[in-house]
Amino acid sequence: MAKVPVQFTLNGSEKAEFVDSGTTLLHALRDKIGDTSPKGGCHQGTCGACSVIIDGELRLSCLTLAETCNGATISTTSGLSESGVLHPLQRAFLDTFATQCGFCTPGMIMAAKVLLDHTPNPSRDEVIEALSGNICRCTGYEPIIQAVLTAARSNSQNAA
Amino acid sequence: MELRKSYFADVRKDDLHEIGQPRPRSDSPGHVTGKTAFFADRNFPGMLHLKMVRSPHHHARIRSIDTSEAEKHPGVVKILTAKDVPHNVYTILILIQIGPEDETVLADGKVRWKGEAVVAVLAETERAAQEAAAKVKVDYEVLPAVFDMEEALKPGAPLVNEYHGQNYYLYDSGECRKVRFGDVEAGFAGADHVLEQSYQSSPIEHAPTETTGCVVMPEGNDRFTCYTNTQAMFFTLDNTSIILQMPGSKLHFVGGTVGGGFGGKVDVIVEPIAILGAKLTGRPVCFIYSREEEMQISSPRAAEKVVIKDGVMKDGRIVARKVTGYTDAGAYSRHSPYGAQKGAGHYPGPYTIPNVWIDTYCVYTNRTPSSAMRGFGVTIGDFALEVQMDKLARLIGMDPLEFRFINAYRDGDMKAHRQPTEGAALIECMQEASRAANWPVAEKYLAMSSYVKGA
Repeated sequence: MAKVPVQFTLNGSEKAEFVDSGTTLLHALRDKIGDTSPKGGCHQGTCGACSVIIDGELRLSCLTLAETCNGATISTTSGLSESGVLHPLQRAFLDTFATQCGFCTPGMIMAAKVLLDHTPNPSRDEVIEALSGNICRCTGYEPIIQAVLTAARSNSQNAA
Repeated sequence: MELRKSYFADVRKDDLHEIGQPRPRSDSPGHVTGKTAFFADRNFPGMLHLKMVRSPHHHARIRSIDTSEAEKHPGVVKILTAKDVPHNVYTILILIQIGPEDETVLADGKVRWKGEAVVAVLAETERAAQEAAAKVKVDYEVLPAVFDMEEALKPGAPLVNEYHGQNYYLYDSGECRKVRFGDVEAGFAGADHVLEQSYQSSPIEHAPTETTGCVVMPEGNDRFTCYTNTQAMFFTLDNTSIILQMPGSKLHFVGGTVGGGFGGKVDVIVEPIAILGAKLTGRPVCFIYSREEEMQISSPRAAEKVVIKDGVMKDGRIVARKVTGYTDAGAYSRHSPYGAQKGAGHYPGPYTIPNVWIDTYCVYTNRTPSSAMRGFGVTIGDFALEVQMDKLARLIGMDPLEFRFINAYRDGDMKAHRQPTEGAALIECMQEASRAANWPVAEKYLAMSSYVKGA
C-alpha cells in the first residue's frame, strides 16, 4: 500500500510520518506517534472520545484521514498542561469529580476547550450544546457541565 | 447533603476520619491529562490482530470448517479452531464450584447463538484479519432454535445446550430455586383481595465507551502478560489457567483501568484466546471488540419474566406472595444461574410477608448469552415488585407510600428465608423520602421506627 508523507504540529512539536493512505488521524496519533490521549470508542464518529482540535476546530480523529492534516496544527489533551501545571479545564474536571472511568474525559476536555476558546463565558445551554457530540456512560453529564462552567469562571477571574 | 443525626443517635459514630470526608480519586490526575493507560494504549512492535469468525445462525451443527483460503490471505499468521484450545469447554462459575462446564471457547461441532465464536484469525493488520476471517468457510446444518423461555420449557422444545440435558439450569434444589415460608394458599384464602400480574423485560446492553478487549505480550520463558479491561481479574486469571492448562504463575494480568463496564466485562471471553494466539505465534496479540461486536456479541442483562400473585387485606397488610421468575440465560450459563438465584432471595422485597412461595428458573434459549449487569437478577425484580406495590395500593384505595410503611420490614422481623432482619433503616429512608419529595404521609407513619420492633 502506498505510503503518504504527512507533517503537522502536534501540541507545539513538529511531527513527520509516513502513513498508509487511508490511515485515520486517530491511528496515526495513537499507534505511530504514541499520543494515546485520544480514545477510540466507536470508530464511527458517534462517541466523541477521539476528539482533537485541528486548526482551532473540534474534529473527530477517527473520521479524519491523517494525510489531510498536512501543515495542520493539532492539539490533544496530553498537551494541555504546561510545565506540569494543569489547564483550568483539567483542574476543574479534577476538582468537580467530572471523571469517573476517564475514557471520555480527553474528548470532553477538547470539546470544552474549543467552546471556551470561542466563548469564554458560555451559558449552561451553550455548554450542553458544545458537549452534545461526546458520549459519557458513567460519570454523568451534570458534573461535566459543572466542570466546564467552573473553568469558565476561573478563566474570567484570571483575566479580570 | 444534610445528615440527620437524630436517627440512630445512640449507635452513630461521629469520630470517623475518612467517611464523610472528601478525598480526591487517585486516578483522576491521569484521566484529565490523558496519561491514564487503558489496555488499548499499549502498542507493541510486531503486534498481531485477532478477529473472530462468528456464527450467522442461532442454532446449527457445524459440518466442516475450511480455513485454506483464509490461510493464503496476505498477512495471516495463524488460524485457530476448537482443536487448538487445550480445555475448550468451560464455565465462569466453576471457580466457585458451580457447574457444569457448558460453553466452548471456540465452537466445537455446534453453535448455539448467532454471533458465537467459531474460528479465530491472527494477522499482521486488523484489516488483513478481517478480510481473512471473511474467507473462512463454515458449512452449517441449521437446526430449529428457541427464543422464548416458556417455549423452551415445553416438552419437545429444541435442546439448546447438551451439557445441561434440559433447557433449564438444574440447581441442587431441582429445576428452580425455591423459597417456602408459611402457607401461601392459606394466605390467599384469607385475603380480602388477590392480584396476579406478569411483568417482563428485554435484554439490555451495557454499551461501555471503551469496548471489551485485551493486549497480550509473550514475555519469554512461556510467560505472558495480559493487559485487559476485565472487571473480574481473578476469575479471568483462574479461568484462563484452566482453559489453557497453564499454571497461573505463567500468567501475569494487568488490569484495574476499565473504560466503563457496568458488569459487562466480568465474563472470560477475550483473554484466553488472545493468550493462546500469543503462545502459538510467539508474538504480541490484541483482541478488541469493534463497537458492533460490543453491541451484538457482549452478554447483555438477561431478559426476565416475573409473575407475581399477592394477597392483601383492606387494612394494607400483604398476607401472601407467590412469585415465579424466569431468567433468560441465552445459550450458556455465564452468571445467569446466580442471577436467577438472587431473584429468589429478592422477591419478598423489603417487606414482611407471613406467607411466601417463590420459584425462579434459569432458562436456556438460542439467544446471546446474558450475564452480569448492575444488580442483575434483582433490578428487574424490583421494577416488577414496586409496580405491583402501586397496583395493590390502588386496589385497596390506599396511599402507595403509606402502604409501604405498613409492610416495610423492621429489625427483628423474620424474612422469608428465615434470616432475621437487622439494621433495616427502611422506615427512616421512607420518612426522609416523603419529606424530600414533598409527599405527605399520616403522622403515625412519621412516628414509626425500624429500629425497635421486637429487637
